[in-house]
Amino acid sequence: MNILDPQGPIGIAEKTILIDSVAIMLAIVVPTIVAIFAFAYWFRASNAKAAHLPDWEYSGRIELVVWSIPTLTVILLGGVAWIGAHELDPAKAIDGPSPPLTIQAVSLDWKWLFIYPDQKIATINTLTVPAGVPLQFQLTSASVMNAFFIPQLGSLIYTMNGMTTRLNLRADKPGTLQGLSGHFSGDGFSDMHFDVHVVPSEEFSKWAQDGSQVEKSLDEHSYEQIAKPSMKNEPAIYRLADPDLFRSIATQKIPSSPGAPSGVIGAALPGVADVR
Amino acid sequence: MFGKLTWAAIPIDQPIPMIASGVVALAILAILAWVVIKGHLPYLWHEWITSVDHKRIGVMYTLLAMVMLLRGFADAIMMRAQQSVAFHSQGFLPPEHYDQIFSAHGTIMIFFVAMPFVIGLMNLVVPLQLGVRDVAFPTLNSVGFWLTATGALLVNISLVVGEFARTGWLPYPPLSELAYSPGVGVDYYLWSLQIAGVGTLVSGINLVTTVLKVRTRGMTYLRMPMFCWTALATNLLIVAAFPILTATLAMLLLDRYLGFHFFTNDGGGNMMMFMNLIWAWGHPEVYILVLPAFGIFSEVVSTFSGKPLFGYRSMVLATMAICVISFMVWLHHFFTMGAGPDVNAIFGIASMIIAVPTGVKIYNWLFTMYGGRVRFETPLLWSIGFMVTFIIGGLTGVLLAVPPADFVLHNSLFLVAHFHNVIIGGVLFGAFAGYTYWFPKAFGFKLHEGLGQAAFWCWQVGFYVAFMPLYAVGLLGMTRRMQHYDVPEWHPWLIVAGFGAALILCGIVFQILQLVVSIRQRARLADKTGDPWDGRSLEWATSSPPPVFNFAVLPDVSGEDAFWRIKKRAAEGTVSDEKPEYRDIEMPRNSPTGFVCAFFATMMGFALIWHIWWMVAAGAIGAFATFIVFAWRDHDEYVIPADEVARIDRSSNAQRQAILSAQAAR
Repeated sequence: MNILDPQGPIGIAEKTILIDSVAIMLAIVVPTIVAIFAFAYWFRASNAKAAHLPDWEYSGRIELVVWSIPTLTVILLGGVAWIGAHELDPAKAIDGPSPPLTIQAVSLDWKWLFIYPDQKIATINTLTVPAGVPLQFQLTSASVMNAFFIPQLGSLIYTMNGMTTRLNLRADKPGTLQGLSGHFSGDGFSDMHFDVHVVPSEEFSKWAQDGSQVEKSLDEHSYEQIAKPSMKNEPAIYRLADPDLFRSIATQKIPSSPGAPSGVIGAALPGVADVR
Repeated sequence: MFGKLTWAAIPIDQPIPMIASGVVALAILAILAWVVIKGHLPYLWHEWITSVDHKRIGVMYTLLAMVMLLRGFADAIMMRAQQSVAFHSQGFLPPEHYDQIFSAHGTIMIFFVAMPFVIGLMNLVVPLQLGVRDVAFPTLNSVGFWLTATGALLVNISLVVGEFARTGWLPYPPLSELAYSPGVGVDYYLWSLQIAGVGTLVSGINLVTTVLKVRTRGMTYLRMPMFCWTALATNLLIVAAFPILTATLAMLLLDRYLGFHFFTNDGGGNMMMFMNLIWAWGHPEVYILVLPAFGIFSEVVSTFSGKPLFGYRSMVLATMAICVISFMVWLHHFFTMGAGPDVNAIFGIASMIIAVPTGVKIYNWLFTMYGGRVRFETPLLWSIGFMVTFIIGGLTGVLLAVPPADFVLHNSLFLVAHFHNVIIGGVLFGAFAGYTYWFPKAFGFKLHEGLGQAAFWCWQVGFYVAFMPLYAVGLLGMTRRMQHYDVPEWHPWLIVAGFGAALILCGIVFQILQLVVSIRQRARLADKTGDPWDGRSLEWATSSPPPVFNFAVLPDVSGEDAFWRIKKRAAEGTVSDEKPEYRDIEMPRNSPTGFVCAFFATMMGFALIWHIWWMVAAGAIGAFATFIVFAWRDHDEYVIPADEVARIDRSSNAQRQAILSAQAAR
């Protein structure tokens, strides 16, 4: 999960910006830290050799320099931030040799539902993606806020009920990566992680082919079962019976999931018992 | 009769909260019994609980902060222990406990440790530095303190009666809405912060007014000590930002209590509005905390270098720049929630701009040491430790302000390490420096130096051991608030972080020891001069502890570093022989208004949390009646006759004169 070992162009670019920004800042931070120790040590009360300027409190030149150093650094970094924010805008499509693959991600209590609308497949807590193909994620939440994050591919993006966020990533090499939740969502949060299987394109087509043949199907009815709060869900694969499922969730045609009912002090008592 | 409250609300089956609160309850009972048996109750009531003296209130704020630090730290060490062992295992805290613990930790550390600590120090010191006898609204000040204490009390009650929020220290909806958090936890959070928030707001109004309107003769704005400037900036921020918090939490309360839909999933609610509002308060809040710390470091570095603060006007400008810009950066808390690149970039750059005045401050402290005679006593150690640590925190902060870097670091343990880096390294180190520096002013004796240094080193080393691994594990992709995990690369780092927390614990133990030992050795550590550090500002011009009226004759200020000038003139022998002209002094009467108000506020808060409506009404009526009684009071001041003032002043002057001549003779 090391973000300093990225496996796709977005992650690589973000790592570069991260390291460059740190390097720019270290260039002034290290001398400043050294100066703090040096000044404090040299001007210690017991050092009679040090210059003593008990009334020295102003120097226009030094003032100019101390305002300039951070200002210039910030101008430089501001440039990095401006360009980086535009180049790496998560909503911006990525170029690739092949047409992009659309994946719709829904955060539930407490698992991830991934829908491949074109392949007519849906999965729980597992992702399979082709290497080198741009991935277009559309994300929403069926309950509370959450965040979708595959550290080695880059950019974390939030999921929110009634809204669709967008994220573009690409995985370049076959292998298995890990994804996880980036925003606390309740008791089952810690188990909302998933493997990301990056496979060659041909293998992906075969996987998709097989997946669209599986017995379990996902429509509004079976979705209702999945949407109920549950923890530590094993990875699963479904045939997508309702191609508009994501839109129904994101536009709240299907109402948001009910939340966790049990074990809450003061909850199951008069006045609030029927809120759900 | 008791709303939602039943015996089931008390978690008898859970050993950790029951034992912890049992011990605390026993300790409180023991202290109360001791107070009553020894007959200290009247003293406590007349001299402290009903006191409207800004110094006493400042001390009580600080005491509250230190007690709550123990509670917040107990949460912290449980979290670090849990994450050290929860690899491929559930650890010892199930999610429903762990979630409460990290929520309580953040809430307590920000609202009931950092806030009362800095507000306490401002209350104690600002009027003394301004050379005046009191704050603008003494009774309001007392009300502010007691309402803050009410909030702290309610948070602690949640340990034994019911539960605390499981939503994180900021209750992001929809998780905090009734549908997903039906328990009383979020209600405890909301009502304790609403009540404490009113306390903070009135305290802010009081201190803004004090700095703007109550200064001694000649104390123009540009002669005020730096700490007064940072106090002004902080309290302006409080007055501007806390109403936003109150309004935001009120909206969430309406959602939860009356079925409104401000932030819900359904009914047209918009959770993004909560994000924007809460951070419109939340980002100024971190500057509310850190600006007073900057002021403390300015005082300490200047005093212990024996030099005026370098670039005073530049520091004033930097402080006020931070004050203004801090309101324009809130969106950097959610670059990853789908804002466009223009918005992200503009808020990223605005956030970086704050680093400019902050950087200037670091350089000005650096050049304050240049050409000085630097004395390495505990307050200065905290300041040097701060400068180095805070620069590292600033670096990671500016890094997080670069949107593409934030895209991979948002909500990771890297972020957690960053804000602990600036809050421990900035606010807490500042508070500890101020505590050591002004303790002799408040009590007339110094804190034990050796134990103070031991505490400093444990905290300093412990901080690095605890939080540098969190930076690393954040770069390894670990997100915050995980109750358990299966990633082997994270485990060793989290074990090391656990050791760091243990080192910090040693630091806290040394601080407790330091206080106990110093009180026992108070005769040996006594400071009779009122000026133990060779200070430069007016708080050192009066005796320690100062008389209730602070100054027998209000000082006349002719420049910066007012007390330094007085001392210099005295050394040159140019001080006039004119006898001081003592006059009658009018001081505000003590008032139980604050305490009684807080009693009813506690009652009301508790009743609102548990839906005990008759008790809500009783609390509201009680609080309002207290206000009416206070508003219709006839006498609110008493007079200290000039003779009495003269007697007190002469005796303290004679004492100090004797010490000075003894020193001169040596």
